[in-house]
Amino acid sequence: MKTVYLDNNATTRVAPEVIEAMTPYFGEYYGNPSSAHRFGGQVAARLKEARERVASLLGAEPGEILFTSCGTESDNTAVRSALALNPGKRHVVTSRVEHPAIRTLGQYLVEQGYEVTEIPVDGEGRLDMDRYADSLRPDTAVVTLMWANNETGVIFPVEEAAQMARDQDILFHTDAVQVVGKVPVRLKESAIDMLSLSGHKLHGPKGIGVLYVRKGTTFSPYLIGGHQEGNRRGGTENTPGIIGLGKACELAAANLDKENTEVRRLRDRLEQALTATIPSSLVNGGGEERLPNTSNISFESVEGEAILLMMDEFGICASSGSACTSGSLQPSHVLRAMGVPFTMAHGSIRFSLSVYTTEEEIDFVIEKTPPIVERLRSLSPFWDPAKATCTSG
Amino acid sequence: MWEYTDKVKELFLNPRNAGVIEDADGVGEVGSMACGDALKLCLKVNDEGVIEDARFQTFGCASAIASASALTEMLKGKTVEEAEKITNQEIADYLGGLPKEKMHCSVLGQQALEKALAHYRGDPVKEEEEGEIVCECFGITDRQIEKAVRENNLTTLEEVTNYTKAGGGCETCHDRIREIIQAIRAERQPKVRPRMSNIQKIQLIEETLENEVRPSLRQDGGDIELVDVIGNRVLLSMRGACATCKASQQTMKNFVEAKLRELVWPEIDVEEVPS
Repeated sequence: MKTVYLDNNATTRVAPEVIEAMTPYFGEYYGNPSSAHRFGGQVAARLKEARERVASLLGAEPGEILFTSCGTESDNTAVRSALALNPGKRHVVTSRVEHPAIRTLGQYLVEQGYEVTEIPVDGEGRLDMDRYADSLRPDTAVVTLMWANNETGVIFPVEEAAQMARDQDILFHTDAVQVVGKVPVRLKESAIDMLSLSGHKLHGPKGIGVLYVRKGTTFSPYLIGGHQEGNRRGGTENTPGIIGLGKACELAAANLDKENTEVRRLRDRLEQALTATIPSSLVNGGGEERLPNTSNISFESVEGEAILLMMDEFGICASSGSACTSGSLQPSHVLRAMGVPFTMAHGSIRFSLSVYTTEEEIDFVIEKTPPIVERLRSLSPFWDPAKATCTSG
Repeated sequence: MWEYTDKVKELFLNPRNAGVIEDADGVGEVGSMACGDALKLCLKVNDEGVIEDARFQTFGCASAIASASALTEMLKGKTVEEAEKITNQEIADYLGGLPKEKMHCSVLGQQALEKALAHYRGDPVKEEEEGEIVCECFGITDRQIEKAVRENNLTTLEEVTNYTKAGGGCETCHDRIREIIQAIRAERQPKVRPRMSNIQKIQLIEETLENEVRPSLRQDGGDIELVDVIGNRVLLSMRGACATCKASQQTMKNFVEAKLRELVWPEIDVEEVPS
């Protein structure tokens, strides 16, 4: 069975060029880049090149790039560094719809006695900028806001938010794992102090992340150890991972146009076709400011996990914000924060495309999805086929 | 991804007995769309009291659909008396087991069955039997929790959430659920003993604290210690998180004292002394 992979916000296919670039550094060139000999030194040269490629994609300088093990480590490092350097400031600003990497960290900080303000979003998933402006205080140590939401693709105006923080001398961090490679990023021209990205979200390998730290930003390391990464992150470098990520960033720069033309066109086609053929379906966070690859659609009176498993029978991979999928009992915190009713949230499906998605795959999903929803609705006590709507709930 | 048995997958992908029975003799509806799963069960019962047909409609995940379908398969050909005895565990067993987080799907089936049979017998809906809501998020009553605890021999909050969903939302009902578990576990303990020496009393108090009280305090990072026993006065001191907890007074009276009165001797007065 052929796999139709529309779950690229969860993870992406590692580009064949990336695998090719990495492979020799698992085997033949296993040297330690810190070594004095040429055998290690040649690896160090490739790390330098990778760092330049990442910096170039972000519009940053190589010295501002720190390699980490994942997006979560980058997020933790950024926020904890800001707090460690500002012991007198006990207030953190974030949003209600963050990824668990930030959300759970926020809950932990509350337990540690910090005050955390979570800025709400509206029904379209957009950040309440008035509330944000009001939340910034003299004792705010750091703002951490995701650049784009992983579930809906809604993009936050982080550059504007960063400027507002800078005006009050507050450090600004953004979790940009969903954005890099899909939306142009020019850090040099922004007021963003720290940014997280993750290799496996942009066709790089898993186990490699980046924390951008603006030159001149004071920094406190999270992993204490050797002199690696300019004394800012101890631990022998994940050399194949870094080299692979460098290649992935180079490819992402080349594909940025395609993401915003071809991928966007396929996404729009999928979204329009499904909402047109399936009654009582609705796009969550479908406004203008959205990632070009993401579509989050709710199908009323069916349950998301059941849809996913039936899709799985056809090799279609997507994800859901339903409670049953995650093992928790409540649907996605993102959809709840947007005020999506439970009746719709339980039936939400996220399709996330990539540059590898083809026209044929989209045709296939457009063909297979409506009968699945119809079949599950025929089993549902809440579905009234005569009215093609939900009867109670 | 959930690890479902082949039977669950089969009954999910090709559910048997889906639909409604127009002239059903018994109908049971449980759950709601807000909760994430709901089930409507229809029964056709003949003059001999044998279930001739059973059909279901489900809104829910794969295991909810499979559990409902399994239940209808189990019911067909059974007498009403036999059907009354079906437990949620038997539904789960029929499916070759369910992931523990999904056990509430089998409970939903059993609840729908109970309602459908009550409807068939023409029982009036007894408000007092419905119990009082404990979990506001999912509308779960104390009766439902007690039943699940008894029938499945549940001992922890997490198990209760897996079986009934209660406590899976805002979490404010966690203390109440722990109390229900404790109360049912206490039923199974031997009752008050006659005349004891002071040494015996102290031993029994220590034993009760260890087995019945500490486990739930420790879940919240707290502890308790016996300081002295003077007549009916039992002096106790809270430790750890409990020592600084504002609700410790309440815990002392409502939980610790109730426990000791029940299991040691009924005239006990618990007093909290500073540690």
